[in-house]
Amino acid sequence: MSDLNNKNTPLLTLENIGKDFYGNRVLSGINFSIEAGEILGLVGENGAGKSTLLNILFGMPVINSTGGHEGKIFLDGKPVNFTSPTQALAAGIGMVHQEFSLIPGFTATENILLNREDLNPSSMSYIFSERVSTLNRDAMEQRARAAIHTLGVNIDPDMKISEMPVGYKQFIEIAREIDRKNTRLLFLDEPTAVLTESEADILLIALKKLARSGIAIVFISHRLNEVKDLCNRIIILRDGKLVKDSPAFDLSVREIASLMVGRENKTENQNLNNDTEQKNNNDDSDDENLKSKRKKIKPALKVEHLWVDMPGETVRDVSFEVKRGEIFGIGGLAGHGKLGIPNGIMGLYPAGGKVRLLGKKLKLNQPRQALNRKMAFVSEDRRGVGLLLDEPLDWNITFTAMQVQGRFLIGIPGIFQLRNEFAMKRTAKKFIDALEIKCTGSNQKAGELSGGNQQKVCLAKAFVLKPEVLLICEPTRGIDIGAKNLVLDTIREYNKKNNTTIIITSSELEELRSVCNRVAIVDEGKIAGILPASSPAEEFGMLMMGQNNTEEVENL
Amino acid sequence: MIRKIFDIIAGNAVPAIFILISAFAIPYSGYSASYLIQELLTRIGRNSFSILALLIPIAAGMGLNFGMVLGAMAGQIGLLFICDWGIVGIPGMVLAMLVGTPIAIILGIFCGGVLNRAKGREMVTSYILGFFINGVYQMVVLYLMGWIIPITNPALLLSRGYGVRNAVSLLGIRGVLDNLIPAVITGTNGTQQFLNINGANTFLLIQIPFIDGVIKIPLATFILIGLFCVFILWFNKTKLGHDMKAIGQSQSVADSAGIAVDRTRIIAIVISTVLACYGQIIYLQNMGTLNTYNSHDQTGMFSIAALLIGGASVSRAKIINVFVGVILFHLMFIVAPMAGKNLIGDAQIGEYFRVFVSYGIIAIALVLHAWKRNREKEAARRNLRGGK
Repeated sequence: MSDLNNKNTPLLTLENIGKDFYGNRVLSGINFSIEAGEILGLVGENGAGKSTLLNILFGMPVINSTGGHEGKIFLDGKPVNFTSPTQALAAGIGMVHQEFSLIPGFTATENILLNREDLNPSSMSYIFSERVSTLNRDAMEQRARAAIHTLGVNIDPDMKISEMPVGYKQFIEIAREIDRKNTRLLFLDEPTAVLTESEADILLIALKKLARSGIAIVFISHRLNEVKDLCNRIIILRDGKLVKDSPAFDLSVREIASLMVGRENKTENQNLNNDTEQKNNNDDSDDENLKSKRKKIKPALKVEHLWVDMPGETVRDVSFEVKRGEIFGIGGLAGHGKLGIPNGIMGLYPAGGKVRLLGKKLKLNQPRQALNRKMAFVSEDRRGVGLLLDEPLDWNITFTAMQVQGRFLIGIPGIFQLRNEFAMKRTAKKFIDALEIKCTGSNQKAGELSGGNQQKVCLAKAFVLKPEVLLICEPTRGIDIGAKNLVLDTIREYNKKNNTTIIITSSELEELRSVCNRVAIVDEGKIAGILPASSPAEEFGMLMMGQNNTEEVENL
Repeated sequence: MIRKIFDIIAGNAVPAIFILISAFAIPYSGYSASYLIQELLTRIGRNSFSILALLIPIAAGMGLNFGMVLGAMAGQIGLLFICDWGIVGIPGMVLAMLVGTPIAIILGIFCGGVLNRAKGREMVTSYILGFFINGVYQMVVLYLMGWIIPITNPALLLSRGYGVRNAVSLLGIRGVLDNLIPAVITGTNGTQQFLNINGANTFLLIQIPFIDGVIKIPLATFILIGLFCVFILWFNKTKLGHDMKAIGQSQSVADSAGIAVDRTRIIAIVISTVLACYGQIIYLQNMGTLNTYNSHDQTGMFSIAALLIGGASVSRAKIINVFVGVILFHLMFIVAPMAGKNLIGDAQIGEYFRVFVSYGIIAIALVLHAWKRNREKEAARRNLRGGK
């Protein structure tokens, strides 16, 4: 029990922790402490600094290789500075990662005791190392059984991981940390993300039991109900700062959600909302005629039960409709599949389901098909997929149009064709002027431009195709604020001028709300909800946190 | 159910094909049972050790160790030295192993180090590494021996005074291990006559009716191979063997558990290389002649082919695969030329078959490996559709 520990010094104290990556500040002034036996909830949006904080505490090499961190960490009142995860493990800090680090062909016992096996004494071990001693299977099984028992679940220690249901695997991961004799502080990164509700309940009970035995737990989850239910105290990070440190019973789920996604200045946020609303209203009145037309014509894009196998961005079952001339936003946390949707529709990753483009069925897994049907795509991977870095701008801008639509060519198609350099240059010049791309001219290589200008080249490349439907991924990733607005304005204008249907995928909710008519939020590979852009930020926040029914939350 | 049966057949397709071909070819070859048994016993003794040396790197997830030719070369260097020093019999063999061991260890460490820099591409890397070390070996044997490295026996050296001859007789150690413990199988009728001549020398005599003539069993070699199998079984139970299995299944997990991945992988290759060195010495003591520049060449290829024919895969191999493989592979080698001659009138077809089969089988095994992995990926993808 916690009484065993000295009550005056907390188990872990963080003082003024900060971190920047090459001048890009991700954490600043983080102060908090954890007592033994306490369960602390750590919540925040993507990019709020949760993983960086974990990396600092766990001594991950990525922190050290980028110049260490600011501030001090005290464990039992003594300053520590871990430079490798092994040191953190030795000091009694355990970590359960989001993705399983288990060996599928090994049994539960073998995984729980990996590299901490019981060995039979052997004379050979004096000659060589103790690695030539045989394993003591009986003792190992007993230890594994004890660790599993501590969690209050019933799993056969001889069961292979590959044969286990997903929920079991999570328990095995935690059992492994428990088996370490000295584990006093346990970090759990999204442990319930893969569990069913009943499995998650068992896990939460197990964690409470574990905390009673004196182990401090830091619980990271985007399921706010769980966080509120389980934790004694909740810490909310936003934009690298600690915005709230409060006992769990003082906060409602709705408050947590709005603190996570909300802006510093509430009134400003309100204004922004009003602005967008106003804008939408104006748009609506302007396009009154168009709108009545829209109802009759088929949707520009209709997606039914789409699944996409994009590594790290798996889409499981997504259905939505986009109206003609609409700007449709797709938001959600990283890794939940929002990027998988446009990539899957364009055929860049294996996908299945039904996609209808302008009323006609679109064959998936064939990027050429998608391009032929007048869809254009601006990839989130600007430098990898989006641009030919070593080629000049005019090539970059006209390349897809040349390949797909056979434009910018002179000669006899299929027999002998040459590039029409003059037309290419003229088009490139037109876009460089229109989009204010800062460059020395259309001869400059794409790789030499800054991020924002590269993004504009990517947009120009898509505009040249004169698309009916334009998919844009992360239009403002990695570019500075001034350039951001220019890029967003460009998109907005293009939509207005050509009535092109545009689907934007972005991690930045504010950006989506300012540009789009409607925004869909993706959660765990599925659409959690589609809201008009004018809905309050916290509604979006709730959807992101896996609360698709707002009323239900209010009742809690 | 049908799918299960299909999976079992697909999982053992290679051994099944070989059993079929052999069953077809044996009657056409016209060989007697006793001849076939004698040949098989000899070849099991000759080759099993080298094939067993492949098991440990497979367990450690490094695939088929084409780099085992490095060990074979180390063994041959050991043999060249004992020939020069004129040490014969079992002491000669043991000394050759002692000389070969440090060379094999050094080559193994080198090979392991290179493979650690080429993770995920171990097989092709070790294959090419074999060619590279072959070049170094040829330089040492062809230019340095008799010049910088003292080799004085004129029977070994080329007439120009340095460099080793192409064919070196290993008469001094020929069959010393195979015949260390004399053991025979005889039929019931010829036995008395045989015993009158050799009776006093025979340690073990098995009488089986319907067998004509005398079949020699390389008993001591078999005992050595048996001990080696026990070693592998024991090794699998040690912490080191367990760590290797963990690394073989997931390097990143093993690494995060604090297992020294790179070091363990090097140890796996060193063990394999040293054992391949001993395997080559056992092989050559049976053959009785050392083909200085070629003997090691096909050791790797044929050992790997035999293991794969035994039903092993790039990522999974058991002791049973070694013996099934060595029997099936060599059974076909023995009967194919004769069957080819009797059927088509050309013995050359057998030799052609031998090379064709060993390369072909490796190609098939690699394709099957890739196919299986793709199927697993496909299955994982099916789960994405949310149970539909």
